[in-house]
Amino acid sequence: MTAYSIGIEILQILILLLAAPAFTGWVRTVKCRMQGRTYAGICQPYRNIVKLFAKEVILAENASWIFRSTPYIVFGVTVLIGAIIPFISVDLPFAATADVIALVMLFAIIRFFTALAGMDIGTAFGGMGSSREMTISSLAEPAMLMAVFTVSLAVNSTSLTHMVNVIGHGEFILRPSLAFAVLAFIMVHLAETGRVPVDNPATHLELTMVHEAMILEYSGRHLALIEWAGMMKLFLFSVLGLSIFCPWGIAASGDPAGLFVALLLLTLKLAVLGVVVVLIETGLAKMRFFRLTEFLGVAFLLATLGMLSFFILE
Amino acid sequence: MSMSFAAQVNSVMAALILLTSFGLLVQRRILGLIHLFAWQGLFLCISTAIVGYITGMHHLFISSLMTLSFKVILLPYILYILVRKLDIRRESETLVNIPRTMMIGIALVIFSYHLTAPVTQLSTMVTKSTLAVALATVMLGLLMMVTRRHAVTQIIGFLAMENGLFFAATSATYGMPMVVELGVALDLLIAAFIFGIFFFHISTTFDSLDVEQMAKLKEED
Repeated sequence: MTAYSIGIEILQILILLLAAPAFTGWVRTVKCRMQGRTYAGICQPYRNIVKLFAKEVILAENASWIFRSTPYIVFGVTVLIGAIIPFISVDLPFAATADVIALVMLFAIIRFFTALAGMDIGTAFGGMGSSREMTISSLAEPAMLMAVFTVSLAVNSTSLTHMVNVIGHGEFILRPSLAFAVLAFIMVHLAETGRVPVDNPATHLELTMVHEAMILEYSGRHLALIEWAGMMKLFLFSVLGLSIFCPWGIAASGDPAGLFVALLLLTLKLAVLGVVVVLIETGLAKMRFFRLTEFLGVAFLLATLGMLSFFILE
Repeated sequence: MSMSFAAQVNSVMAALILLTSFGLLVQRRILGLIHLFAWQGLFLCISTAIVGYITGMHHLFISSLMTLSFKVILLPYILYILVRKLDIRRESETLVNIPRTMMIGIALVIFSYHLTAPVTQLSTMVTKSTLAVALATVMLGLLMMVTRRHAVTQIIGFLAMENGLFFAATSATYGMPMVVELGVALDLLIAAFIFGIFFFHISTTFDSLDVEQMAKLKEED
């Protein structure tokens, strides 16, 4: 482990912490523009976080340690995931500690604690949100793993750095299996980050909330941490998808000059991805909850087809 | 365009054909089904043209053009007219729920892969890997005919099966002889007209295109 790779690690975590609210702000801004509403600008999520940090924490009388520690666990695990995904350079010492399957499990830890905290206080909405979140994730996770396995088959490894190296710096091959995996990943992305066909991130109607219902009882710095972690989750799922399926531009090993290009391309790719997410969100209506089995079933089907077409066609 | 890249494009087309047949299995709305069927025909047409380009067999270009004119333009148009004349708007009912149909579909794909594996090992053709997809398309079309109740949907399943057979012919033996292909194309066209006449009769007799209604023909004893 050299000083250079540690520097990259720190740089990546800083980018994650600082750019995630901007990415969320960008998505919201584009969405407002697309729907003809006025927008608060890209910086509004920062202002929200600062405001929430300054506010007092109000805890319910029967809140247990789970409720109090969940924001810190969620925030910590999210930052850890950010340290594992190679999104600007493959020189990442932490990337060796967890492969992509462990990464999916880290996302599951976040969900597990959020769901527990939702039920901890004992309000009806929290429990309902937790139950829904677990239903969705039990459907989304197999699809996510299948999509990831398809990519692992194509590159013969579950290590993220290896995936980036093979797909991004290797010979270009047209692979139908990866195309299927991308489609499945996009659908899972929408489900996991709570975007429109599955969950509405901007809803104020308790009956339709999923993620928002679980964190309804949080306030002050707890809420700030959870919201920040939520923004980072959106950012992380996006860069995870970009690192696996579109890694062109990520700096090769021991290439400090490539960092600048990598940063520039990352910004560009995220900007485009934000517009794509908004187009999907604006084009689709939120689904009825019991239709979600079909939506995520299709994601699973696509991922499985990707795996099959790897065996059949490649 | 180099040969290996053309072969890759051909496998992408095969994957897309497989995707559209799953789309046909999942789609509820009839207009959506017709669109998907047209797309499948288009991918089939491109794939045939690519195989023709790789192998240098010019009669494949002719069958590709025939696919384009019949399966992408003419048949969907006839179906569209039928659907509009019969005024079908209701979503068609499925006998088995959709996630389960998808699981059966996946099992069918694995089955056809298993079935064609010995053939692909012996074959030396560039298109050998797409044979499993072709067989899977036939089976998925059959599955669609079995799981749907609506007459028009069943016909689309039948036509999708024919697409699969055509694809199988292209990938197993670089296409059938011209005479056979012309005959099949003509048969399909005639069949589409006859189906149309039958649809009118069914819908005027039973006031619905649900084939379950046909059970009413049975004599009570």
